[in-house]
Amino acid sequence: MKQSTELKKALPKRKLYTIAALAAFVVFAFLANLFFDAFTLRVFNLCAIYIVLALSLNLLNGFTGLFSLGHAGFMAVGAYVSALLTMSTQLKDMNYFLEPIVPWLHHLTMPFLPAIIIAGLVSGFVGFLIGAPVLRLRDDYLAIATLGFGEIIRVLITNAQGITNGAQGLKGLPRYSTTFSVWVAAGLVTLFMVLLMRSSFGRALKAVRDDELAAEAMGINVFKVKVTSFTMSSFLVGIGGALLGHMITTIDPKMFTFMLTFNILLIVVLGGIGSISGSVISAIAVTILMEVLRFLDEPMNLIFFKTDGLPGLRMVVFSLLLMIIIIYRQRGLMGSKEFSWDMLTGLFVKRGRKGGDHV
Amino acid sequence: MTLSLLFQHIVNALSLGSLYALIAIGYTMVYGILRLINFAHGDIFMLGAYVAFYGMTIVALPWWAALLVSIVFTALFGIGLERMAYRPLRDSPRISIMISAIGASFLLESLAVLIFGGRPKGVPVPDVLSKVIHFGSVSMIMISLIIPLFTFALLVVLVWIVNKTKTGMAMRAVSTDIEAARLMAVNVNKIVSFTFGIGSLLAALGGIMWSFKYPQLNPLMGMMPGLKCFIAAVIGGIGSIGGAVLGGFLMGFIEIMTVAFMPTLSGYRDAFAFVLLIVVLLVKPTGLLGKRQTEKV
Repeated sequence: MKQSTELKKALPKRKLYTIAALAAFVVFAFLANLFFDAFTLRVFNLCAIYIVLALSLNLLNGFTGLFSLGHAGFMAVGAYVSALLTMSTQLKDMNYFLEPIVPWLHHLTMPFLPAIIIAGLVSGFVGFLIGAPVLRLRDDYLAIATLGFGEIIRVLITNAQGITNGAQGLKGLPRYSTTFSVWVAAGLVTLFMVLLMRSSFGRALKAVRDDELAAEAMGINVFKVKVTSFTMSSFLVGIGGALLGHMITTIDPKMFTFMLTFNILLIVVLGGIGSISGSVISAIAVTILMEVLRFLDEPMNLIFFKTDGLPGLRMVVFSLLLMIIIIYRQRGLMGSKEFSWDMLTGLFVKRGRKGGDHV
Repeated sequence: MTLSLLFQHIVNALSLGSLYALIAIGYTMVYGILRLINFAHGDIFMLGAYVAFYGMTIVALPWWAALLVSIVFTALFGIGLERMAYRPLRDSPRISIMISAIGASFLLESLAVLIFGGRPKGVPVPDVLSKVIHFGSVSMIMISLIIPLFTFALLVVLVWIVNKTKTGMAMRAVSTDIEAARLMAVNVNKIVSFTFGIGSLLAALGGIMWSFKYPQLNPLMGMMPGLKCFIAAVIGGIGSIGGAVLGGFLMGFIEIMTVAFMPTLSGYRDAFAFVLLIVVLLVKPTGLLGKRQTEKV
C-alpha cells in the first residue's frame, strides 16, 4: 500500500525533474551562447551535432542490429546538398574556378530550413536506394558493403567536378549552425528517437535485432522494417552532416572518410549500443574529450622529459579506449538501459527495500 | 595500343594481382576459421613494410635480412594481436569482435603515425630488384617479374601446408566446426595463432614487395589495399584460398586494365572494387569459388 502511494507521488515528481533539467539546460545554452568564447561555444555546438550523428547510427547499430559503416557517405550527401542549396550565386562562382557549376544549380539558393530538410530527404533517398539491395546481406557482409557504398559516394563526389567542385571542396558555406539551430536539431532528433522507440515500430526494430526469425514468425515484415530503419537513419545522418558542414563552413570529400564513421561508432559503443541517453551522454563526453585531449598532440613539458609534440597520440588514446571498452565492458556506459531519475538517486541513496519499483 | 604496351600492362596487372592475392589469403584464412573480418590486416601489411624499411635504413641490414626480420616480427605481431584483441571476444557477438578489429586497425594506424611519423618515406630499393630488363621492345623492372614468381612459390608451399600436413588438416577441421575440432583434440587456440601467424607473414611479404614496387611508405598505406583485398577474398569466395588468389588477380587485372584502356575513368579507380563487391554479393553471395553455407537457427 505504502509503496503504491509513494509511486504515485514519485511519478509527477520525476516529470518535474525532467522539465526542470530541460529548463536548466535551455538557460545554460542561452548563457553559453552569450558568454562562451568562440572556441568553447564551437565545442558546445559540436556536441549537439554529434548527438544527432550518434543517435542516427545507434538507430541502426543499436536498435535494429544492422551494422553500417557507411555513415560518412550519407553525411557527405547531406552536407553537400545543403551547402549547394544555401550558397549564393557569387559564392558558387568564387568556388568553381576549375570548371563552372552546372546551370541548374547556379542560381538555386534557398533559406536554411528547407535546404537542410531537402538535404535530409536526399540523403534518406540515397539510403533507401542503397539499403534496398544491400540489406539482404547480414552481419559483416552488410558492414563491408555499406563501407563500400560510403567510399563510392566519396569517389563520386570527388569526380563530379561540375556539381560538387570535386577535390577542391566548397568553401565559405553560410554559418547557419548556430547554438539555437544545432541544439534544436539535437533536441528534435532525441525526441524523435524516444517516441520512435516507444512506438510499435520501435518494438519491431528491437524484435528484428534480437531474433530475426522469431520476428518474422510474429508477422513482422523484416525486410521492410530494415529498409525503413536504414532510410530513417540516413535521413538523420544527412541532417547531421549538413549541420556539420554549416559549422565548419568548408567541406571537401577527404573530410568524409571512414575515420568520421569511426568517431561516431566510438561514441555509440561508448554510450552503450542501444541506449538513447547513452549516446547523448557519450556524444557530449567524447566531443569534449576530443578537444581537451588535443594537448596530447602538442609539445609537452613533463619535468623529466620534453616531447616536441606527438601528432597522433590523441587518436591512439581513442582507439585504445574503444578496444578496452569493447573487450572489458562490452555494454558501454549505459548498456541498453536508459537514463532515469531512479538510476541517479540509486547512485546516491542506498535503497533499503528490494524490488517494488518496476515502473 | 601496341602489343608491347599491352604486354607491359599484363605484367603490371600480374604483379599487382599477386600482391593482392598474398594479402587476400590472410583475410580468407582468418575469416574461414573465426568468421572475423580482420580489419587490422591491411595495417599488418603496412607494418611489414615499415619494419623492413627500418631494418634496411637504421640497422643497415642487407635487404634480404631485413625482409626476414620483418616477416618474423610481423608474424609474431599478428599472433599477439589475435591474443590481445580477438581472443577475449571469441564467444561474443560477431559485431563486438568486428568493432574490436576496427579499433585495432585504427590503433595500429595511429600508432604508426605516432612512431613512424606521418610524412611519407622513400624506400631504398635494392639494385638487384630495381634493375630494368628488356624483352625485345618490352622493358620492365625486375621486381615486377619477381613478384608473381615468388607469389606462385609461396602459394605452392601454402597449399602443401594446408592440404598435406597435420597442422593443415587441423586448420581445415577448425574452419569446418570449431567445437567438433576441439572434441577431436585439436588445440584450437594454437591453430588460430598459427593461422594469424601465416596470414601476417604473407601480408608482411606483400607489404615489403609492395614497397619495392611502389617505393613510398605512409602509415595509411594499408588501408586501401586492405579493403580491396578483403573484397578480393569475398569475390573469390571467402574461406577458400584458391578463391582469394583468383579474386586478387581479378582485382589487379581490372584495376590496371581499366586505367590503361579507359583513362577517363581512372578517377574512379578506387570505386571499382566496391562496385564489383556489391555486384558479387548480390548476385552470388558465396563468391566465385565459395561453398554454400546454410544459415543455422
